[in-house]
Amino acid sequence: MSMINYASREINCKLVYYGPGLGGKTTNLEHVYNKVAPGSRGKMISLATETERTLFFDFLPVDLGSVRGFKVKFHLYTVPGQVYYNASRKLILKGVDGVVFVADSQIDRMDANIEAMQNLYENMAQYGYDMTRIPFAVQYNKRDLPNAAPIPELQAALNPGWPVSDAVRQRLVQDPYHEGEYLTFQHDGQWIERAMYFEAVALTGDGVFDTLRAISKSVVKALG
Amino acid sequence: MSAGASSWSFREDDAQRLQVILTRFLRDASARTALIVDRTGQLVATVGETPVFDPTAFASLTAADFSANDQLARMLGEPEFGVLFHQGERESMYLADIARRVILVVLFDNRTTLGLVKLRVKPAVGELNQLFAAMFERDGAAAAGPGMATEFVGEAEDEIDKLFGA
Repeated sequence: MSMINYASREINCKLVYYGPGLGGKTTNLEHVYNKVAPGSRGKMISLATETERTLFFDFLPVDLGSVRGFKVKFHLYTVPGQVYYNASRKLILKGVDGVVFVADSQIDRMDANIEAMQNLYENMAQYGYDMTRIPFAVQYNKRDLPNAAPIPELQAALNPGWPVSDAVRQRLVQDPYHEGEYLTFQHDGQWIERAMYFEAVALTGDGVFDTLRAISKSVVKALG
Repeated sequence: MSAGASSWSFREDDAQRLQVILTRFLRDASARTALIVDRTGQLVATVGETPVFDPTAFASLTAADFSANDQLARMLGEPEFGVLFHQGERESMYLADIARRVILVVLFDNRTTLGLVKLRVKPAVGELNQLFAAMFERDGAAAAGPGMATEFVGEAEDEIDKLFGA
């Protein structure tokens, strides 16, 4: 994490929603803004074009309240989806504590999803951040659309996992959000770890808070 | 490669030293408010008149402003723009980089001039550079969490469930 402010007794955690254009990142934040009690959230700032495409970022601060004498706040950011705004995307990742990748489930958006995921890994690596260690969740959005790809297909393309070489971490870890599935498992004799995933329909709010709750908890655990 | 951004902490004694440097600067420059903003968009401290705007949003936009201008500088072949200045009819702001990790934001109005602010800010920036460089060096090996890991995490998780609906 980036800073503990002992003087004001505040801990701010930065969560970034990343993903392809028109995938639903801003819609996620708008749903949070509309549903969280006004006293627990700040103003939502959107730096968008006239056609409401995110130009620089959206920003929403959410106040968790006081925990053991520390005011804990989550700062939610989105990045622009379009690749030609990569400079802005990268700037927003600075000091990130947790990442949510919002994928568009539609089959014809698969290439855009893959491109955005590769771009996320590249931008994180340029800051020296390790995607296999930072709190990370993948949200498969637009599950209600008829052309939504099956989850196993999306998982194979976007969240195949990474090899685990650290012996301590080579143990079966159940996926707490999907019965019978695993976050760390063996495949062809190789230990693999993958990011947690969620299904969502951000427009109706389905899955938005499931994702936010899970990534927030991961970030808080990483503080300890 | 680290899990994320390197950690640092801002302590009571840091806040006191900062207060001394910036109070003197504000008086000498006849400026209203000085804010310290982390480059990741977090507000670290405010000295002087309490701002009437939302400081959280302000900090986030300031960091974005500075970062965007950093990129513009690179396009021009400059390593960075160490300072930025935004002039309004009544209110103006002057931003200066501190130790490559935080930003000093000075808010001032027609009671002073840009020239005086620029003149007085230089020694203050020098002192702040030293103060923050020492802070980052101290916390280089990752700052300790709130020092109550298990209880803290448990309570924070309960609050998350309450706020984001379990």
